[in-house]
Amino acid sequence: MTSAAAAEARPAPVIEESMSARILRVVAKAPIQIILVVVGLFWLVPTIGLFIISLMDPADLASNGWWTVLSEPSRLTLENYRTLLDNDTITSSLWTTLWIAIGGTVIPIFIAALAGYAFAWLDFPGRDWLFILVIALLVVPLQMALIPMFDLYNTFGIFDSVLSIILFHTAFGLPFAIFLLRNFFIGIPKELLEAARIDGASEIRIFLRLILPLGLPAIASLAIFQFLWSWNDLLVALTFGRETQPITVAIFSQLRQFGANLELIAPASFVSLAIPLVVFFAFQRYFVQGLLAGSVK
Amino acid sequence: MSGQSITAEPPIAGAPPEAEAGAWRRYAVALGFLLPAAFFLVLWVVYPAIRTIVRSFFDDAGGQFDGFVWFDNYTRLFSDPTTVTAIKNNAIWVGVVPALVTAIGLLFAVMTERVSWSVAFKTVVFMPMAISLFAAGVIWRAAMYQQDPDRGAVNAVVASVKDAVSPAGVLSQAQPSSEAIEGTPQGGLTLTEAIGTGDSALLGLTGIRGEEVPEDAEQAVLPEPLQGGITGVVWRDFSPGGGTPGEVESEEVGLPGVTVELRGADGGQVASTTTEADGSFVFEDVEDGEYRVAIGSDTFAAGFGGIGWLSADLITLSMIVAYIWIWAGFSMVVIAAGLASIPREVLEAARTDGGTEWQVFRRVTVPLLAPVLTVVFITMLINVLKVFDIVLSVAPGSVQDDGTVIALEMWRESFTAARNYGFGSAIAVFLFVLVIPLLLLNIRRFRREA
Repeated sequence: MTSAAAAEARPAPVIEESMSARILRVVAKAPIQIILVVVGLFWLVPTIGLFIISLMDPADLASNGWWTVLSEPSRLTLENYRTLLDNDTITSSLWTTLWIAIGGTVIPIFIAALAGYAFAWLDFPGRDWLFILVIALLVVPLQMALIPMFDLYNTFGIFDSVLSIILFHTAFGLPFAIFLLRNFFIGIPKELLEAARIDGASEIRIFLRLILPLGLPAIASLAIFQFLWSWNDLLVALTFGRETQPITVAIFSQLRQFGANLELIAPASFVSLAIPLVVFFAFQRYFVQGLLAGSVK
Repeated sequence: MSGQSITAEPPIAGAPPEAEAGAWRRYAVALGFLLPAAFFLVLWVVYPAIRTIVRSFFDDAGGQFDGFVWFDNYTRLFSDPTTVTAIKNNAIWVGVVPALVTAIGLLFAVMTERVSWSVAFKTVVFMPMAISLFAAGVIWRAAMYQQDPDRGAVNAVVASVKDAVSPAGVLSQAQPSSEAIEGTPQGGLTLTEAIGTGDSALLGLTGIRGEEVPEDAEQAVLPEPLQGGITGVVWRDFSPGGGTPGEVESEEVGLPGVTVELRGADGGQVASTTTEADGSFVFEDVEDGEYRVAIGSDTFAAGFGGIGWLSADLITLSMIVAYIWIWAGFSMVVIAAGLASIPREVLEAARTDGGTEWQVFRRVTVPLLAPVLTVVFITMLINVLKVFDIVLSVAPGSVQDDGTVIALEMWRESFTAARNYGFGSAIAVFLFVLVIPLLLLNIRRFRREA
């Protein structure tokens, strides 16, 4: 239809043609625009809802829906957040989460980078087979390791510690991290490495000075994923922690008395998802890249 | 995978000892690079996996290796009611979620291509990906799924639609105040004695909570009898001091907005009217005869109590909606990237050849996207098989048995009171077996693309 209109309008001045075409285009797109706005709102509403709930007085919340505040914003209060910050269980669980997320990001990535470099650029017998073996480990769901590691952690006395949770995240983050980094490192120009080797640089020096800086884009994507994965984890921490509670576990124990303490659960949940959201918005580009490379995990 | 990556020649047999020593030194360096990863993978992944497989054949409750039981744990997997529910639920997840997430992602990806603000839209839809499944579950449970329409947003929307279609009655729990009235609120209340023109009907009701009395209600007034008509009053036959049932007294308020029916001797409706602020009503120009005055049952229709999204019947559906809300962004972004890599000329050519938008989409776009769609679909299959967190956050404790899934049962059997390690291991192995072929498929596709 557009082409027919354009053909008819051909004798007319060019500017007029493009005007009519533009109007036609905008009108034709109107339904899509409207649908997308509605869908976008649907995606925003739940999160906004939780945020508003976290800012409401418990008594108010007991009888009024969170959306009623929209017409009466004066009912919002920061009281819940103030109470939250005075709650030692929650604040200490936030620190625990942070340590788990940092440890669960830095350690596996460093170890995976070492291995990824070996698989990409070092020579040793059985290299390709070993690499396939590493990829094969991707298929092992972490449920396969929960019970034996529960025993083992008890034996070694590190059960219920931040360390035990970090080490578990490290191990189960490795196969994918090695896979991704090896594939990225292999794309680094061979000449760069050979030049460094001829200059007599040791392998560890090449790794630290050449591979890590050049591999930064892949490492960044991976780091975001590992960070979010460790930060957001519930299952691992729930299994290996008792006193050691990251925020997800702390909220989970509150959930058992749901309704009675929404004024604690809502702000705690919002704080727990605020940090991932900040990471997401700050590094969105890397996040998407990692996702495209990593839709295999 | 080989070829391109080979950097050093393998040591040649019979090479001078110096070269051989150099090769061994290189191997040692490589070993040094691999050792940390090997340590973790062997100790945390390989060893436990083997141990779990072995343990799944033992009757291991309370952490004791208690005796070899062959496949008993596996047969129990398919006979224990809870695990059977879990498997059934997981089957629903598998049947619904991957297909829907892929379809929605494709739809969004195609639609966003046509608007200038696609980045904003994608950011919004993608955002839930960053937050934990657990927190996302809390969001839906707290803000959307509460049953009371005054608290849960979904039921509030349903309630407003429902109110427009069939409004709730003015009074939902009222009872007759005296024996002059018979019937039940569900069937409608009728005056026991028949009346004729010139009479007044007294319809006293009790059991009405203070907040249920309409705000515009005034002191009840017994209307004057009307020649050739029937009058009456519907009122709250209760005053703070108690009062006498069946009599209109001071401080007793009329009930406005109540539908009053005039029924003929045969029970059929002759006329109907609604009460005033003081509870009075009038039927004018009534023919002589015997009538009965009734309050229709719709006056007592209960208000909308809300759909139980978190009830045993709906819990899986509710969790699936929340789960799709989380993962649609992933699907959309991956498919949009695939869409962007389709050469524009191909689509243009198809359009020039006279294809409609739908034909181009169906015959050109989708086939070209097939590999990407498959990756998304399989990735979602794997995710859905392992779904865990969202059940713990969305489902209240009382319905977790109804909404349970395989991964949750593995955890509950192993780490809650039962400590049934043998059975828990069998569930883990079952999950493992389900996931293997899918992941291999994904890895193969993924490597072909890389």
